Amino acid sequence: MPKKKLSIRIDGELINAVEGQTILQAAKANGKYIPTLCDLEGLTPVGACRLCIVEVSGTDRLFQACTTPIQDGMSVITTSARLTHDRRISLELLFVERNHVCAVCVSNGRCELQSLASAMGISTVRFAYNYPKLGVDLSHPRFVLDHNRCILCTRCVRVCADLEGAHVWELTSRGIHSRIVSDLNQRWGDSRSCTNCGKCVQACPTGALAEKGYAVEEMVKRTDNISSLVERREVQV
Amino acid sequence: MKKVKVATVWLDGCSGCHMSLLDMDAAIISLAQKIDLVYGPLVDAQEFPEDVDVTLVEGAVSSHDDVNKLQKVRQRTHLLISLGDCAVTGNVPAMRNSIPVNKLLQRIYVEGAQEGKVVPTDGVPALLKQARPLREFVKVDMCLPGCPPPAKTIAAVISDLVDGKKREAGYAVKFG
Repeated sequence: MPKKKLSIRIDGELINAVEGQTILQAAKANGKYIPTLCDLEGLTPVGACRLCIVEVSGTDRLFQACTTPIQDGMSVITTSARLTHDRRISLELLFVERNHVCAVCVSNGRCELQSLASAMGISTVRFAYNYPKLGVDLSHPRFVLDHNRCILCTRCVRVCADLEGAHVWELTSRGIHSRIVSDLNQRWGDSRSCTNCGKCVQACPTGALAEKGYAVEEMVKRTDNISSLVERREVQV
Repeated sequence: MKKVKVATVWLDGCSGCHMSLLDMDAAIISLAQKIDLVYGPLVDAQEFPEDVDVTLVEGAVSSHDDVNKLQKVRQRTHLLISLGDCAVTGNVPAMRNSIPVNKLLQRIYVEGAQEGKVVPTDGVPALLKQARPLREFVKVDMCLPGCPPPAKTIAAVISDLVDGKKREAGYAVKFG
């Protein structure tokens, strides 16, 4: 049965969408830009980063575009002073939470967190830096996990579960103590479920997951490979 | 026309931001005609002068000496600019922040030294517990991130200020 056609408004413009699409999917399909960080085409959306928040008329609450399904007649605003303010705060909090020392990062110049900050004109943050003491897991023969640069977007968790089917990555603890862990909080190199495929590395938006042997600015991630793999395998998400 | 008084200050940084400042090529000639560089590592002045129009500060605040310098600079400057990631975020100097100072000095000057294994105390300022950005100590009027900030951006900011324009946004910014 063909899916029901819905019509919604994005920034005032009338748009034809399909039932079951999220606001983000409908926006993308119609060339409307909404900033995202944890979203990666092909992976189950989770709404972790809060950057894709939008206004929906009729309510004061903000909605995550990546996880909110569209409804017929919905009117969505993607850009406003309030949204810019809130998105900026979300980004600034990511920067102060861990040690994102861009200058000495393998992903410097190709990092999605860094480029979003530039796009939003962030020249400083308003909060005090946390400077937490965090580890780097070098136990895997080919890859590195640097908790200092992790933004807990869970792309690695999702790509490993959704696409590779290995379920190596998980989140442990809560709030500011949350960490990415492999297997049952073992060193990555000791993981027996890891297939060494490297999809988590390619999906990671920052320098938190990287290949060994790269110096500053050298790591090139191929997130497009993840999305095209999903497309070719016809994985239902 | 009265020349604009510009100063530069070097705290806990690598001097890369000062290199970038000098790297503006020919732009420095026209700029030099409009500004007086009154203090900084590039000139000879010993004392930070009164009534400076613009001061660019490179580096994080890492020692008690840095704090004193910065406070004096703030009192004597109309417009204070955090120049570069160390001044804006803490950056590389702040990578020591989760290590206690005693342990850090012991590791570098005793365990890590080939000879003269002693933590220096004479003539060196005491370190703060952490290296932190300028704005946590004084009011900062403008931030130019980057490691280093591009010469073009520094040139644009200074020449805009010389021409009496203080823009908050519009410059390309990038951490790292």
